[in-house]
Amino acid sequence: MIASTLISGLALGSMYGLMALGFHVTYAVSKTVNFSQGSSMMFGAVMGYTFSVTLGWPLIFAVIAALACCAVLGLAVERFLVRPFARRGSDAWLMATVAGGIVLDNVILFTFGKEPRSFSSPLAENAVDVFGVGAYPLQLIIPVVGLGIALGLALVTAHTRLGKAMLAAVQRPETARLMGVDTQAVIAAAFAISAVFAGIAGLLIAPLFSVSAGMGVVFGLKAFAAAIIGGIQSAWGVMLAGLIYGCVEAVTTAYIGSSYTQIVSFSAVILVLVTMPNGIFGRAEINKV
Amino acid sequence: MKTVADLTCLTRRCFAVVAIAALTASALPAAAQETVKIGLIASLSGPSAKSGEAITRGLMLAIDEINQAGGLLGMPVELIRRDDENNPGKGLTAARELVQREGVAVLFGGLQTPVSLALVPYMNQSQVPFMGPWAAGTPITKNGADPNYIFRVSAVDEMVDIALVERAVAVHGAKNPGMMLINNPWGESNEKGLTAALEAKGMPTAGIERIEANDIDVVPQLTRLKEAGADTIFMVANVGPSAQVMKSLERMGWDVPVVSHWGPAGGRFSELAGPRAADVEMIQTFTFSGNDSPKAAATLDALMAMFPEITGPADVTPAVGIANAYDAMHLTALAITNAGSLDGPAIREGYYAIDTYEGLIKTYQTPFTPDDQDALGPEDYVFTRFIDGEIIPIE
Repeated sequence: MIASTLISGLALGSMYGLMALGFHVTYAVSKTVNFSQGSSMMFGAVMGYTFSVTLGWPLIFAVIAALACCAVLGLAVERFLVRPFARRGSDAWLMATVAGGIVLDNVILFTFGKEPRSFSSPLAENAVDVFGVGAYPLQLIIPVVGLGIALGLALVTAHTRLGKAMLAAVQRPETARLMGVDTQAVIAAAFAISAVFAGIAGLLIAPLFSVSAGMGVVFGLKAFAAAIIGGIQSAWGVMLAGLIYGCVEAVTTAYIGSSYTQIVSFSAVILVLVTMPNGIFGRAEINKV
Repeated sequence: MKTVADLTCLTRRCFAVVAIAALTASALPAAAQETVKIGLIASLSGPSAKSGEAITRGLMLAIDEINQAGGLLGMPVELIRRDDENNPGKGLTAARELVQREGVAVLFGGLQTPVSLALVPYMNQSQVPFMGPWAAGTPITKNGADPNYIFRVSAVDEMVDIALVERAVAVHGAKNPGMMLINNPWGESNEKGLTAALEAKGMPTAGIERIEANDIDVVPQLTRLKEAGADTIFMVANVGPSAQVMKSLERMGWDVPVVSHWGPAGGRFSELAGPRAADVEMIQTFTFSGNDSPKAAATLDALMAMFPEITGPADVTPAVGIANAYDAMHLTALAITNAGSLDGPAIREGYYAIDTYEGLIKTYQTPFTPDDQDALGPEDYVFTRFIDGEIIPIE
């Protein structure tokens, strides 16, 4: 049972981690997050379905176009739902992004349709044998993609001009501005990247689940939980927390029973926050006065 | 001599008087046109939207027939719909609006048991009859209220559960069945019903597992049942979670009989569940496929005429939604005629006074009594499968 449980948990946890990375990216550069990450995930899946199934585009072009749409969505969220409030020092972006997500869910409900659709993939049709249990190839690919993106993000942050600009924007925004770094553009790029991560999660999960306007709601909540318990300032932390969260859910279901899954997993979140307020891999911020 | 200011004031007054007169005149025809309002609260969006649409179609067809025959109490019948989004709170808000503001004579609805259960106390308190054309939770009609304003033309969980156990034993030789139940009051209602039905046969259960509406992977739950030696699965869930159960079975390569409540009938189950969709044996109260009754043929023709997108039995999924709602509306019309008014308590008595009605599902003989407010029983159940997207009766 353990192999089957871990395959389920790691695939699910990678999705939480990937979306939690989106929370991390924006928080790291602007101390704000997009609470409509679940809607961004749904948007990626819906656009992928629309381009691939409805319009009949080749899958690779459909995926690229869907992720481009997610990037535009992320830019729009930053420009219209975050920047006007953050600029005034207000925390109203929090509610604005939640509201934006609800608006998007309902727009999709009326345009895409009310019923869930099947977004089939050759990677989720025939199960392969892994340690004696059946698994779709997509379930094995998802954790690899999730960890690969976390690694890529770490490399970009450490070794590229954009990454250094992002670090500068968060550590010394005024100095960065004086040094010619367009901090506003960096923050906008972070929101675009965040929405793209959510879109990737949506495209990966769709063949295992279904595509519908409401598919991202619970995912967004659990991904935020992963971001908090991982330590939202740590890219590796949120990714690992996502994996742990997915495995805790799967192991609880398999060994204790599905009646207790939500009780155990969310109690674990509370326990972590009580004992480690900055998350498992987070560090306390020091404000010098 | 009037000043310019006086003239301006006079002109404004004249304009106000003319505007009020015009508004009143435009409102008059609406006020003069009295109607018998029938409310419907159901999931018109989300995974069960197709079921809500089916109920709507059944009601529209019956109302069209009633209006062509002269309406009720000399007035045309009007359908007013609200979407509960499968949310009990939204359902209750919509019920208050339809009862208090719209003044519906009878309220149909509650596609899902949790929504229906939320409406039951309010409807009994309001003394407005509530007619359930879908939700099968046992406590909906057996709610303990006296007087009880809740009626139903649909399956009833405790009777469905007996039928599911009978089939599992008779057809699949089940000795140690397991349960996959949606984690809500509907699942709870069936847990009680299935447990009681198994106890009555002296049978154990391999386990009882829960499914969340957004579960992507239910392999851990199924693995527990498999390791406990389950030889049959009883499935009680709506379209989305039922599809995830079948996908997970496919991934596990576990070929186990699945005997299901009617949840999968409410949407694109064939599309969502993949190749294992046809393996599900699912209870229904009615199918157009394989039904040779003249009434079924006439109703299908009428549906195709009213809804051009329906071209045959395969397009009428779920047929139970249409059939239950169609018969329930005609029975309601008889109740209102018996009552002779739109007074709630009188309509309730009117339901009890129905003698015989030749409906789509069957010929009803005294369908409602104060002791039994469910018009359908186990003798009306039929087992089916999804074949090429169509619900087909099986032996």
